[in-house]
Amino acid sequence: MNLAFRDIRHNLLRFVLTCFGLSLLLGIVITMTGIYRGALDDALRLVRATNPDLWIVEASTNGPFAESSRISGDTREMVARVYGVERAGAVTYQPVQTEIRGKALRLFVVGFELGRLGGPRKLVAGRQLLRSHYEIVVDGSAGLALGTEIPLGTHGHTFTVVGLTRDEVTSGGDPVAYMTLLDAQQLQFERAPPIARRESARGGAAAATNIVNAVVARVSPYVPVADVAASVARWKHLSALTQAQQEALVSKFVIERQRKQLGMFMVLLVIVSAVIIALIIYSLTMDKLRSIATLKLVGAPDRTIIGLIVQQALSMGVVGFLIGLALVMAFRGYFPRRVILLPDDVAVLFAIVIVVCLAASSLGVRAAVKVDPSKALVG
Amino acid sequence: MPDGTPPPKPLVELRAVSKHFGQGSTRVDALVDVTMSVAPGEVVGLLGPSGSGKTTLLNVIGCVIEPSEGWLSLDGEVVYDRRWLRRDLRRLRLEKIGFIFQVANLLPFLSSTENVMGVMELAGVSSRDARTRAVELLEYLDVGHRKFAMPAQLSGGEAQRVAIARALANHPRIILADEPTATLDSERAGVVMDLLRKIATDRDAAVICVTHDEAIFDRFDRIFRLRDGRLVSMITNPNENAGSHRSPPSARLRSP
Repeated sequence: MNLAFRDIRHNLLRFVLTCFGLSLLLGIVITMTGIYRGALDDALRLVRATNPDLWIVEASTNGPFAESSRISGDTREMVARVYGVERAGAVTYQPVQTEIRGKALRLFVVGFELGRLGGPRKLVAGRQLLRSHYEIVVDGSAGLALGTEIPLGTHGHTFTVVGLTRDEVTSGGDPVAYMTLLDAQQLQFERAPPIARRESARGGAAAATNIVNAVVARVSPYVPVADVAASVARWKHLSALTQAQQEALVSKFVIERQRKQLGMFMVLLVIVSAVIIALIIYSLTMDKLRSIATLKLVGAPDRTIIGLIVQQALSMGVVGFLIGLALVMAFRGYFPRRVILLPDDVAVLFAIVIVVCLAASSLGVRAAVKVDPSKALVG
Repeated sequence: MPDGTPPPKPLVELRAVSKHFGQGSTRVDALVDVTMSVAPGEVVGLLGPSGSGKTTLLNVIGCVIEPSEGWLSLDGEVVYDRRWLRRDLRRLRLEKIGFIFQVANLLPFLSSTENVMGVMELAGVSSRDARTRAVELLEYLDVGHRKFAMPAQLSGGEAQRVAIARALANHPRIILADEPTATLDSERAGVVMDLLRKIATDRDAAVICVTHDEAIFDRFDRIFRLRDGRLVSMITNPNENAGSHRSPPSARLRSP
């Protein structure tokens, strides 16, 4: 006969309410993990969207995501001539903000050369860019329909949405937008007309606009990537990063603070959960002191008493975790950021919850083991 | 012995048992040189004012607390001999002793049947056998119709009968009852005492009962009076009809 189950059945409503409260707390812990995974995936998705073998950036920088990188636009032609490089493309990255129907819209603009590396991988609606100016492909999370006109930049140009991607956002959650390199360079490097007029009046030179943030290159499978990187690095003004290095930089530096923040929050929530479970189990044990004394008096071994308490703590943790997981699965689509739950993460969290339950039940176990069986004889 | 039959071996035997709590100036002598024995089939009462050591004596006999001095034997097994104490007291309590409390002390989250069968399962009886025997015991004690009831649904008398069934679950030969009639009216108290008498007779068990209830004094074969931890008198019931309170044997009340 399972005493823990019988006690739960006897106080079913209290158990269910406690589990529900706990499930909300554990649900937040699960969500934190999902948000972190979502942020990491978002950050890497941008890096992986192009999926080159090499990233050629400004010398001694970890660009273009972790640090700023500005290199000359003709670098792509230099890189394309390096032995082993099959394809190359110049790219720019920049955040922009505009207004659509009175609402602010933030986009992360990727500029790429039509027909070269760096463009959107797969569209879910519309078509790829065909014209060299004023067309844009955006992620569906921006909420823009095909054909929407977006005003961007200081020159009063509008861009037409011709294609839509899915799940292409930055680590900050901004939708990614693709436009031609020329448009992107104009957005990023061209001065606003009043500034340009003032510079011209001062006798200053026109601003150089043929600047890119990086050149991406695909290497022949028959040539080691490291050899090509070494060849590129011989140009003192350039650095070459492999795709793996770029991904490591993004996951390590770009979202490091976010990871720590979420991690800290999760640790606090786990501690709060542990304290709550411990208090609940302790108060449940206190309610049962006379029953425990009676059990001891009639000859129940300590393991029966400990089993009663530990099994209740574990039941509470497991049921709370499962309800919490079900809630997160049901409502994760409503979160503003993507919530990605990986089986491994869920398994690790489950293991943590089990450990927390065992640790939390120790307070109740301690109280129960100390109960004097003669207390059952006191009227 | 007039008929030449040797006296039955006592089920409970204490020789010069003492129990003190604390040391030095805070020392309290709860029991002093208590010597007594209870034979199979006997129902004995422990009487005395509050603080006289009745519950301490019950705790010592029930292997709940360890004596400080003396010698104690239960069902032919030495439990305590001067400074030597048996180790497996929990198992001894489980198999040889049945406890009946002032209040029923049923586990509130178990039904009547589960309260009884739980003690059997602790002794290693299979769940199926325990359930069968528990129901038989409840029927033996006339509460078979309440076998599915939870303790909160039972009247005081019914709860006490279920508690008695639990005490009998592992066929103990020693029943220790701590004021089992304290919370019952005189009619129900009489019924409970009749049951204890029947158990002593049917199972050849020794029943030791702490009580303040004068109305049931004549139900005991012997009464031990305690004062300040000392056994001051032992009265044998002169009424040979102490046994007249014994329930008439009946097929329905046969011990399971």
